[in-house]
Amino acid sequence: MTIQFNDESFRGEYTFRNSDRAIKRFPFPFHEDSYMYSVNMERHQGGPEGSIYEKRFDVDEHYVSEMKDRALVLADDPLRCQSLPHMTLAGWDLLELIMVSKSEDYPDLFELHRDGNNWHWINKPMGIEQKFVFMDETTLPYGPLEYITRQTQGDFAVLDQRDDNLWMDAGMITTQADWSLDFDIGMNFFEWHAPVPKANEMGIFIRALKFLLNVQQGMPARRLNWTMTVNPLLDTSPENYHKWGIQKTTMTPETVGQKQHLRVELQTFFRLPRSNALVFPIRCYLIALQDLVTVPKWGRRLHRVIRDLPVELATYKGFIDNRPLIVDYLSQFDDGAPTSDGIWPD
Amino acid sequence: MSAGTNKIAVTVTDVSVVNALVKRFRFERSDGGLLPTFSGGAHTVVEMQDGDTHRLNPYSLMSDPMDQTAYTISVRRDDTGRGGSLFMHNSVKPGDQMTISYPVNLFPLDLRARKHLMIAGGIGITPFLAQIKQLSVMGERFELHYSCRNPALGSYVDELTEQHPNTTHIYYDDQNQSIDLEQLLGGQPLGTHIYVCGPKGMIDWVRGRAADLGWPREAVHYEEFLAPRSGKPFEVKLAMSNKVIQVGEHQSLLEAIEAAGVDAPYLCRGGACGQCETDVIGYDGKFLHYDHWLEDDQKTSGKKIMPCVSRFEGKTLVLDR
Repeated sequence: MTIQFNDESFRGEYTFRNSDRAIKRFPFPFHEDSYMYSVNMERHQGGPEGSIYEKRFDVDEHYVSEMKDRALVLADDPLRCQSLPHMTLAGWDLLELIMVSKSEDYPDLFELHRDGNNWHWINKPMGIEQKFVFMDETTLPYGPLEYITRQTQGDFAVLDQRDDNLWMDAGMITTQADWSLDFDIGMNFFEWHAPVPKANEMGIFIRALKFLLNVQQGMPARRLNWTMTVNPLLDTSPENYHKWGIQKTTMTPETVGQKQHLRVELQTFFRLPRSNALVFPIRCYLIALQDLVTVPKWGRRLHRVIRDLPVELATYKGFIDNRPLIVDYLSQFDDGAPTSDGIWPD
Repeated sequence: MSAGTNKIAVTVTDVSVVNALVKRFRFERSDGGLLPTFSGGAHTVVEMQDGDTHRLNPYSLMSDPMDQTAYTISVRRDDTGRGGSLFMHNSVKPGDQMTISYPVNLFPLDLRARKHLMIAGGIGITPFLAQIKQLSVMGERFELHYSCRNPALGSYVDELTEQHPNTTHIYYDDQNQSIDLEQLLGGQPLGTHIYVCGPKGMIDWVRGRAADLGWPREAVHYEEFLAPRSGKPFEVKLAMSNKVIQVGEHQSLLEAIEAAGVDAPYLCRGGACGQCETDVIGYDGKFLHYDHWLEDDQKTSGKKIMPCVSRFEGKTLVLDR
């Protein structure tokens, strides 16, 4: 296999690590030295070779371990995956999209053989082989949404489109930045975004919704979002806040570089063909600050962004209390030199 | 940006006469590959090179959404229209190479419905043909009420009554048969959604009666494609691209913008989807708003126009495009 998969944990001992290759391809989200919300959408049709944008569903060295972590979360809390009854067709759409994409993009890792509705799926990294009948739920061990997203990195919000709005009617959410599918299920676009500060007054949501309602088949879109996470935790859910929230108080000047992680989400949007639903994969990438600053431009820029971020945003993103610690640490990597435009290393 | 859709190169593999007014066209991918699946109610925009005129007309996909080998559409000939349907009827032959858009669905099924009640008039039957195929596979409950002029012009009546004898109801105008809407809407089980596609009068009638009877707005779905109307030629200044263009008598404003090489967004090209909404910077004259996207106050404000169907009469019109 072309990718060497890590054996690592996102809890307990936190053995998660990024290889040099993973650091180089990390999706650094700041194209300039400051940050404010924007819709910042672009087409999701490929990207530089080896980058996380290249494939429709990026598979990286963390794949197998992330899937083990997801299985642990689901064992504790099955409501992390839900699908309202009218969303089953969208689940099949998503299963098809992922199986076709992965088998085409990573033929050495995944195979899909189709004979009419008789499908044969092979997932080599996870050691899974499954023969099933497409559109017949009784032939899979889980519903189609749960089946395929137990084998695909990233969270998946599956949105029904009706009445000129989007509705959070299905999803697999185990690696989230502090929001809950069980709380949001059935909500519309404005309802589930209600906690986000400032963006509403800025008219961001109306523009974003208009864009998303018009994402068409064959024209997927993408954007990046980000936050900060102490320790490489995938599951930073409200359900488990009592477990991970307290870890935010454990950092010291000596440990901040190792414990504080920048958490970046690659958010993509695909129109699903049979159901006309919209799937919103949210793929989480984590990087320790001590690894991030090995790219000098990123170290300089992150220092400036975090230092100058409006208080409301630092509060919403959950790191206002740790901001002085983070800024102090990052300041040693900012010599004041100018940075170049764009997200890529110099 | 234009369309927001990808395009597909196709070959016309069959043209068949459905009746005196309607022809059916079958498209297969020119590269031999499979077409995307789609959802019932979707349309495709067919590009036509008609002499010097480049036409883009939307047509509902009527084939089985799960069938990836071919798409079919049905085109009703409009002898007094702007020429797109005449081009399809008179010039398109098997073997022709054409370009169509990826499917776009502005008339989707609400999959929460316990029952789908479909009301069709004339060529408005086409999106329902795909939806019925989709619902049949899924084992969902539906009922079709289809009104046409007479048996000779009843497109796909035989196929529908043969395949769905218990759920298809046909009404012929020439035989003074008409849908008893009051009775029909009154007898529906809770959770029913209404879908109507046909002439404007029929859509207004169904929506109006449903509203009077207390149906929720969200349970009444409709699709009406307006063909752009012809009208007096007019001149427009495109401020962003710094061009002055002429809109011909049989040309839409959107088509004139495209012909000038300016990229403009669109989806339905029929005044319904809102995608081509354009800001007006200045004008001296009168707008002829034909869309059903803008609200009445927006139409009178003189600040917005939908260039796919609406026109202008007067001295100057300056658009933010």
